Amino acid sequence: MTRRQAVGAHYGLMDWLIQRVSAVLMTLYSLLLLVIALVNGGIGYELWRSLFANGAFTVASFLFMVALLYHAWIGAREIYMDYLKPVGLRLTVQAATIVLLVAYLGWTVQILWGAK
Amino acid sequence: MRALERPVIKPRPVYLNLVKIRMPVASIVSFLHRVSGAALLVFGIPLLLAGVSASLASPESYADLTQTLAHPLAKLVLLGLAWAFLHHLCAGIRHLLLDLQVGIELAPARRSSVIVFVVSLALTLVVGVKLW
Repeated sequence: MTRRQAVGAHYGLMDWLIQRVSAVLMTLYSLLLLVIALVNGGIGYELWRSLFANGAFTVASFLFMVALLYHAWIGAREIYMDYLKPVGLRLTVQAATIVLLVAYLGWTVQILWGAK
Repeated sequence: MRALERPVIKPRPVYLNLVKIRMPVASIVSFLHRVSGAALLVFGIPLLLAGVSASLASPESYADLTQTLAHPLAKLVLLGLAWAFLHHLCAGIRHLLLDLQVGIELAPARRSSVIVFVVSLALTLVVGVKLW
């Protein structure tokens, strides 16, 4: 008997792996920011602006947000699978979460590459 | 051998009262990993985006943001989010080490969960000192 559900886990290594790879990426980005702050004795407005004017840093920030949002999705789904048992409710909350997270990604793009 | 034919099933105590249940330190760390993750999703991500957005929009909005964040209540929120981030990060690193079969015996696993607690609280304290 298979117990697989559309609103369940993805039943494979992929999500497990993505959760860990995204965690490592976010840690590296956080360390990068920490090093920049330590080397410059803090981050003021000028330095902050120049960081986001730099293409490589902007792309790194975008990758950080993609990692964060996917990581958050897997984590949220884990919690839903434990506490939201009715399938309809879980589907609704999962769909709402995905909509929210993709909207956050749109906001991220707006911030990183929007008209300044 | 009647006893073998019909094993007597003793009613085992089911003890799920969350207030009375005694959780080992590793399960408290694990529980807080989840709580901190949920807090970072619900409050952390929108506040992060709003903050970065305001910080980059213009020098005026940057100044407004620093003024807003200087409020004691805002500092308290930042401190809470800092703890959530740091606990989640430390517990996550412990998780990765356990995945790599590092410290999976009972005693080291218990010790590392205490370390997660101590290190994340100490780093939160550093953030607090920086904030005030």
